[in-house]
Amino acid sequence: MSKRSNWAIPYFIFLVIFVLLPLILIVVYAFQGQDGGFTMENITKFFADGDALNTFAVSIEVAIENTLICLLLGYPAAYILANKDLNKSAVTVILFILPMWINALMRTLATAELFNVLGFSLGKGTLLYGLVYDYLPFMIYPIYNVLLKMDNSYAEAAADLGATPVQVFGKVTLPLSMPGISSGILMVFMPTVSTFAISEFLTNNKIKLFGTIIQENINSSMWNYGAALSLIMLLIIGLTTLLLGGDKENAVEGGTV
Amino acid sequence: MRDNNIIIDIEHLSKSFGDHQVLKDISLYIRKGEFVTLLGPSGCGKTTLLRMIAGFLQPDEGKIMMEWDGKNGKTEFMDVAQIPPHQRPLNTVFQRYALFPHLDVYDNIAFGLKLKGVPKEEIDVRVRKVLKLVSMSDYEDRDVNSLSGGQQQRVAIARSIVNRPKVLLLDEPLAALDLKMRQDMQIELKEMHQKLGITFIYVTHDQAEALTLSDTIVVMNEGRIQQIGTPTDIYNEPVNSFVADFIGESNILNGTMLKDRRVSFIGHDFDCVDEGFGENVPVDVVIRPEDIYIMNKTEGAQFTGVVKSCTFKGVHYEMYVDTDSGNELQIQDYNAFETGSTVGLIIRPDDIQVMRKERVENTLDCTVIDETHIEMLGEEFECKPIAGFKEDSEAKAHIAFSKIDLMDHEEEGTTSGEVWFILYKGDHYHLTVKTESGEFVYVDTQDIWDKGDLVGIRILPEDITVTEGNEQTE
Repeated sequence: MSKRSNWAIPYFIFLVIFVLLPLILIVVYAFQGQDGGFTMENITKFFADGDALNTFAVSIEVAIENTLICLLLGYPAAYILANKDLNKSAVTVILFILPMWINALMRTLATAELFNVLGFSLGKGTLLYGLVYDYLPFMIYPIYNVLLKMDNSYAEAAADLGATPVQVFGKVTLPLSMPGISSGILMVFMPTVSTFAISEFLTNNKIKLFGTIIQENINSSMWNYGAALSLIMLLIIGLTTLLLGGDKENAVEGGTV
Repeated sequence: MRDNNIIIDIEHLSKSFGDHQVLKDISLYIRKGEFVTLLGPSGCGKTTLLRMIAGFLQPDEGKIMMEWDGKNGKTEFMDVAQIPPHQRPLNTVFQRYALFPHLDVYDNIAFGLKLKGVPKEEIDVRVRKVLKLVSMSDYEDRDVNSLSGGQQQRVAIARSIVNRPKVLLLDEPLAALDLKMRQDMQIELKEMHQKLGITFIYVTHDQAEALTLSDTIVVMNEGRIQQIGTPTDIYNEPVNSFVADFIGESNILNGTMLKDRRVSFIGHDFDCVDEGFGENVPVDVVIRPEDIYIMNKTEGAQFTGVVKSCTFKGVHYEMYVDTDSGNELQIQDYNAFETGSTVGLIIRPDDIQVMRKERVENTLDCTVIDETHIEMLGEEFECKPIAGFKEDSEAKAHIAFSKIDLMDHEEEGTTSGEVWFILYKGDHYHLTVKTESGEFVYVDTQDIWDKGDLVGIRILPEDITVTEGNEQTE
């Protein structure tokens, strides 16, 4: 063993304590009954629990809606920011990222208060508003990164071969920015499914998301069921990652915040 | 009426990026089926000119005229300034190829045809045909990133010519390939050009490549066309010392045209074939190294020299010879001559290329401040007392090439500059120096400077002659 590999030890310890151990605990708790013995009861309980299934469906729906809105708003924003003719200053990029410097809870609370003052009734609309507000930068940044690094000669070559500006975008720019898009989708979709604070503050718990039930179960000391729900969510997230981020290299290229 | 053989006609084209003028009044026409090379050092404006023809850049002034199939189906010869790149009847091979990484070889080549809505069967036939032409037949399904540089180059060429453009633009297409591959591709490009009959406009900084490939070479420097001609013309009859120095190896020397067909340089008088320069006119003389005859005996020689060095170059030997008059000449010969030996030298009249000097002294715009001071190059200079000039009047300052001193440190001079271009003239260097104010001064010196050196510029008061400003000077 070379000396240099010793440097990895602290990180290894960190991984064990903060990632591996909690994961093992979640799996252990998920398959543990009230009596402490092995049981599948917690898992089967979820598939029989109409409320939980419903919340799960709502979470996925909200997450898809949020991701779509972020993509539709974020792509043009990233495109404009990365285009040297349209945006000549780095300050605008910082302005888009700036909200991320403030804690998400604080921003969400402030947004909720704003809606109260303005007299909006809290519900799905305000929930989506808060989600988009929180997650938009996570969509813009990876796409912006990919577009910024993209060699302009691809677009020129397409125009040279007879593509109109719209065709250049559709046939070259958009396909080449896919790594950024999938990074952005991953970074918006997954955290939305498990979020609970935003739905709590911006809908007064009228709309419950999957994260909300996990939190409720853990809070009311039903650790085993909460762990089972967490495990199910982890599997869902894992599957989405596999489907979207199959090309791991591209996801890395897309860059994260 | 225009000549029907002309496919592109460029008239008085100028372009600036910010304060920097990259193209200055370019006029040029290109004939159908011609292989034209834009040749020049980096930063001479050749790529900018090519990008303007392609439509990626808009000219500030001037016109680019070419045949264009207008909306009414009629082919017109017109200024294409308003026509976007995707509607121009030409295709480009990019320097870094710019192959689409998300498409395979077939789809890259079919890209242009699909956009035009060519039927699928025809696309198939045409793609296969060009793949065969560039010897890449079995690579259809390959990912473009898995190809070598040379193969990517072939695909890039195939992607362009499959559209049957009227003109093919090539932006240093071989620059990224190694020497052997580059030579092979040169031959293939030349064959392809003959087979297809498409007009090629080729950009390169490699003079050997330009000489090998072109029907016509356009030599550019500092945003201006220096010379247009066939490779033989450009090599044998360069119009100025820049072209002579840039194309091939050459000895560039100061000389005096004594009278028609008689020129004096390196301390000797020679017969030559040039006429019409006038009598006792200073000129530049260019002698190619292979045109100097070298022999062991000195009887019958026009002049003599001592061999300083002799290097074997494969086919020939390259020798540096100090002449009896103290000039250094580069000579190429199939025989080796011993270092230190005295040799006889002969130059035949038709191997002497005489060129009018672009300038014989520095002529700079200046403003008179008082009787002993003028402002030029953005600074105040002391000069010998001048009479008859009003304060603030515009005038011309004349300074001999040899009277400008260059200093090692910028702050030692009255102003400063950067060594821009260096020409060895047999017994001294002729430097072009770009001053802080953006003007050029020309300096003769024995000292060795490198291109890009930052220097201080000093001129003694007695070496500045001031004349009326309204006389016509270049």
